[in-house]
Amino acid sequence: MCHDFKVVAHSTFLLRRVLLSSDRLRSSAAGKNRVSATKRNLRLTQTDFVRKILKPVVFLLCLLPISLLAYDFFTDNLSANPLDDITDTTGTWTLRFVVMTLCVTPIRRLTKWAPAGKFRRMLGLYAFFYGSLHFMTYLYFDKFFEWEEVFADIPKRPFITVGFASLMLMIPLALTSTDRITKWMGGKRWNALHRLIYFTAIGGVIHYLWLVKADTSRPLTYGAIVVVLLGYRLWVYLAPKLKSLRAKEKPITASTDVQVQKQD
Amino acid sequence: MLIKRKDDIKSSEITPEHLYYNRREWIRMASVAMGGMAVGSIMSENALALTQDYKPKAKGPYDTDEKLNSYKDITTYNNYYEFGTDKSDPVENSGSFKPKPWTVAVEGHVKKPAVYNLEDLLKPFKMEDRIYRMRCVEAWSMVIPWMGFPLADLVKKVEPTSRAKYVAFETVFRPAEMPGQKRPFLKWPYVEGLRLDEAMNPLSFMATGLYGKELPNQNGAPLRLVTPWKYGFKGIKSIIKIKFVQDEPPTTWNIAAPDEYGFYSNVNPEVDHPRWTQKTERRIGEFRKRPTLMFNGYAEHVAGMYAGMDMKKNY
Repeated sequence: MCHDFKVVAHSTFLLRRVLLSSDRLRSSAAGKNRVSATKRNLRLTQTDFVRKILKPVVFLLCLLPISLLAYDFFTDNLSANPLDDITDTTGTWTLRFVVMTLCVTPIRRLTKWAPAGKFRRMLGLYAFFYGSLHFMTYLYFDKFFEWEEVFADIPKRPFITVGFASLMLMIPLALTSTDRITKWMGGKRWNALHRLIYFTAIGGVIHYLWLVKADTSRPLTYGAIVVVLLGYRLWVYLAPKLKSLRAKEKPITASTDVQVQKQD
Repeated sequence: MLIKRKDDIKSSEITPEHLYYNRREWIRMASVAMGGMAVGSIMSENALALTQDYKPKAKGPYDTDEKLNSYKDITTYNNYYEFGTDKSDPVENSGSFKPKPWTVAVEGHVKKPAVYNLEDLLKPFKMEDRIYRMRCVEAWSMVIPWMGFPLADLVKKVEPTSRAKYVAFETVFRPAEMPGQKRPFLKWPYVEGLRLDEAMNPLSFMATGLYGKELPNQNGAPLRLVTPWKYGFKGIKSIIKIKFVQDEPPTTWNIAAPDEYGFYSNVNPEVDHPRWTQKTERRIGEFRKRPTLMFNGYAEHVAGMYAGMDMKKNY
């Protein structure tokens, strides 16, 4: 866990440094009118900054878990059971990327920083990437591609059934992630389909919960985060309806008030 | 026309078994190729020397001649939930645990109940090496050279009365030194038990060391049980109490999940864990899985004790 914090701390540090330097670029460009042509070319719009700097940085950061794992594997720095380590690590990161994907929309709404939305697809595809690796470790290290056993095992073991279903739910989302297909589907239908990620998140937590032997604290932590993130969406969905309901109720309460007064 | 076809695979192309199994060497070669060889700490060098220098005394009737797992594997990858639930937690979190001084209380239906200083308790017993397979309920296994004495010697010494039918064991409870005990995901202290005949079986072993050295904290210092035909969790660690009782004693994992862990917990490839198969296991250090053997390969010594019992019910 400590290692995760280091990664997160380092990435926020990088992010802040990049943000600061881009601010400096912009303010210096705006402050002086007599900037040379080359200097003017250094001006970065926010869109450019997100597209050309922030996105590649985040893209590379997302490869860090698998890179570190590979490094530790080849330098024999994993435990005495490296195959299990690979399965565990890819599984954990799948759930983390699902959670991070679910964080995008709330962050965008709460901070009102629209470009945040630009990272949703990337994070979602990384969740699928790590999920696929995780499934491959099961097929190879656990079952050695003995398909008969795989097909018997998936429905027989509830935690594998749920994990498998959660991964399968991500396939249509990955397939419909290109701009062209999104446009073709139309925002409404695309959004409706991509709500499947909610079930992947819930399924992922259950998969983890059903796997541990006694200590449920980690899966339950992920569960609590998923509950908050899905609860936020429920609240966004219900809040306006409740408001309009309350608005409708108002005249009624007013009239009862009048009645009460009359009785007095 | 007759088309002559060569055999699919030349015999020279089939990987010999020892290479096939030896994944470690493979990784080492790969890491040399990658120039990543400079890793390897002083600790692992010492562990390596320990592993290579170890020569067990004359091989006894209960020893396996399979390849030993390294000292490093055995002491850095194991379950000891009192120190945390990750496999690396026991070695990382057991540094401040104090296995000395140590007392063991012998109670219940015995002629000589007493609280022993560990040294006094051990004095009459002849220490020996035992190379046993260890099969974890999580479907991995190791081969471990233990050091210690047969549990039967201890049982005979304290003279159980005719009312003693079971032996109950208890681990020390020291949440200040054992961080896992601060959280109640298992009912602490850890308790385990054996039927008296199981305890008297020559395979039942009280370990005080491994690889000819004092038992490290993470492996259950200073005194632990080893019952190689049962899943690893039966091997209760850091024992402070041994009680001879009339009824089947409670056991920690059975309390935690009664449908998953029974009192007997004999290694049995025919009875799956409700959540995973027990048919195969991964020997630590190998790539392919091996078939799990009935009673972990110790049937000739222990099967008799369970004759007529339904092993599916008494899992």
